[in-house]
Amino acid sequence: MDQARRNVALTAELAARTSYGKLLALLVTRTRDIAACEDALAAALEAALLQWPREGVPANPVGWLLTVARRSIGRAAARAHTADRSADTLRLLDKERLAAETSPFGDRRLELMFVCAHPAIDPDAQPALMLQTVLGLDAARIAGSFLVSSATMSQRLVRAKRKIRDSGIGFALPDIDDVPARIDGVLSAIYAAYGAAWEDVTGADAKLVGLAEEAIWLGHLLTELMPDEAEVLGLLSLMLHCEARRPARRAPDGAFVPLHRQNIDLWSRPMIAQAERLLRRAAQLKSPGHFQIEAAIQSLHAHQRFTGERFSQPLVELYDALARYAPNIGGLVARAVAHAENGDTEAALAMLDGMHEVATYQPWWAARARVCLLAGDEKAAWSAARTAAGLTSDASVRQFLLGGGFADRTG
Amino acid sequence: MHYMLIYLETAEEMGKRGNPAEAGTYWGGWNAYMGAMAQSGVMVSGNGLKTPEVATTLRVVDGKRHIHDGPFADTKEMLGGYVIIDVANLDDALEWAARAPCASAGSVEVRPVLPAPAEG
Repeated sequence: MDQARRNVALTAELAARTSYGKLLALLVTRTRDIAACEDALAAALEAALLQWPREGVPANPVGWLLTVARRSIGRAAARAHTADRSADTLRLLDKERLAAETSPFGDRRLELMFVCAHPAIDPDAQPALMLQTVLGLDAARIAGSFLVSSATMSQRLVRAKRKIRDSGIGFALPDIDDVPARIDGVLSAIYAAYGAAWEDVTGADAKLVGLAEEAIWLGHLLTELMPDEAEVLGLLSLMLHCEARRPARRAPDGAFVPLHRQNIDLWSRPMIAQAERLLRRAAQLKSPGHFQIEAAIQSLHAHQRFTGERFSQPLVELYDALARYAPNIGGLVARAVAHAENGDTEAALAMLDGMHEVATYQPWWAARARVCLLAGDEKAAWSAARTAAGLTSDASVRQFLLGGGFADRTG
Repeated sequence: MHYMLIYLETAEEMGKRGNPAEAGTYWGGWNAYMGAMAQSGVMVSGNGLKTPEVATTLRVVDGKRHIHDGPFADTKEMLGGYVIIDVANLDDALEWAARAPCASAGSVEVRPVLPAPAEG
């Protein structure tokens, strides 16, 4: 009995986990009330755990969860509205239930992603909202990786959901002309989710380790849903290039290993091959964008290691292009270093000095250390490296900087 | 808003202070961290503390002073120092807490400082 119970629990969990986003998207399409739909889905899952062990697992567990969740939304609506309106709602829900039972239900996750990344939603909330709604991750886990208190994260999510419910954001795909502008929000949110996991390279918190995979999973999903959007392919290519190197980023003793020192035998060749295929396919679509450029930069970095050649000039050109497409601080800092590595330390320093609000931006100080060193100003380099070390929350990066790792000749 | 960041270190981490092989890295990390905090202008005050072995604890019970050698409580993590920072909100305070060397070898407690009572 215990084993049977466990199996049932596992089936319920699996059905919920693998189809969480699908179910939530279908529920939200109708009501736009994400919080209420999450509650309904949780209630359905609870009901499954009670009922399935007694009556057996239904033939279509996912359809069962959807139907029960819809009923529970109907009941909540009935409580909240007048008798008239609730009767309407119930009739509507009944119709939907039948539709769900007779036809394989559609996939509205793309719409859900567009809603989460709508320009009217606080950009800080978007990546977390997407992780929570499409993947069902809990707020506490998400908060840790974005380094905010769980209270802040819950608040952000609650506010974003309320906005979606009350502001009339359409649960629909944007017009074809708006797709390029709107898709960038979706992609940026996914990339921010990936970036949050990337920061946690130490894997100190086991719960966070999977977040990178989740972001990549979202990237894969998006390439299935929008196979002809070049930037969608570009983002997945970029994430796969970075992810391929994960096993090589730390020495067995936990020490930070910079790209040019990584053991390339540890890189995932299948991931790199897939990243390269995606980038080629994206290029054929002739619709350039910043994710494709960033993927191309990572691709060049990989080729530098594979061939032993240096591509300093092409890298400078790509970073310059990136600065035109998306002049964000991270890219601009990397661009300065690329110019310095290519021999133009004067331009690199001018670029760094021209940036604002970098006083506590760790990558800026790390970049400054490297650029000053290449410019021959060792004292300034060490001073910048110390500040960069003081600003990192990663113990191995701290040691790398204080140990003079930035002074490595091969750059 | 003022927050106190209370740095709690494991015995192993604190032991590095007196170990010639590790003291350089240990102090290098802390100096860089404190330096960055001072440079950014958020630091109001703060100090590192000597190890708990040199602590003395006093309490008065029924009018009688009890003094004992060592810290108030034997815990896994020991108070190694503190700073008071002036930042906009908890999230900014957490960001500085995460940068502390003991964040990955111990923990950092982040507490809002009580505002001074209004003068009556």
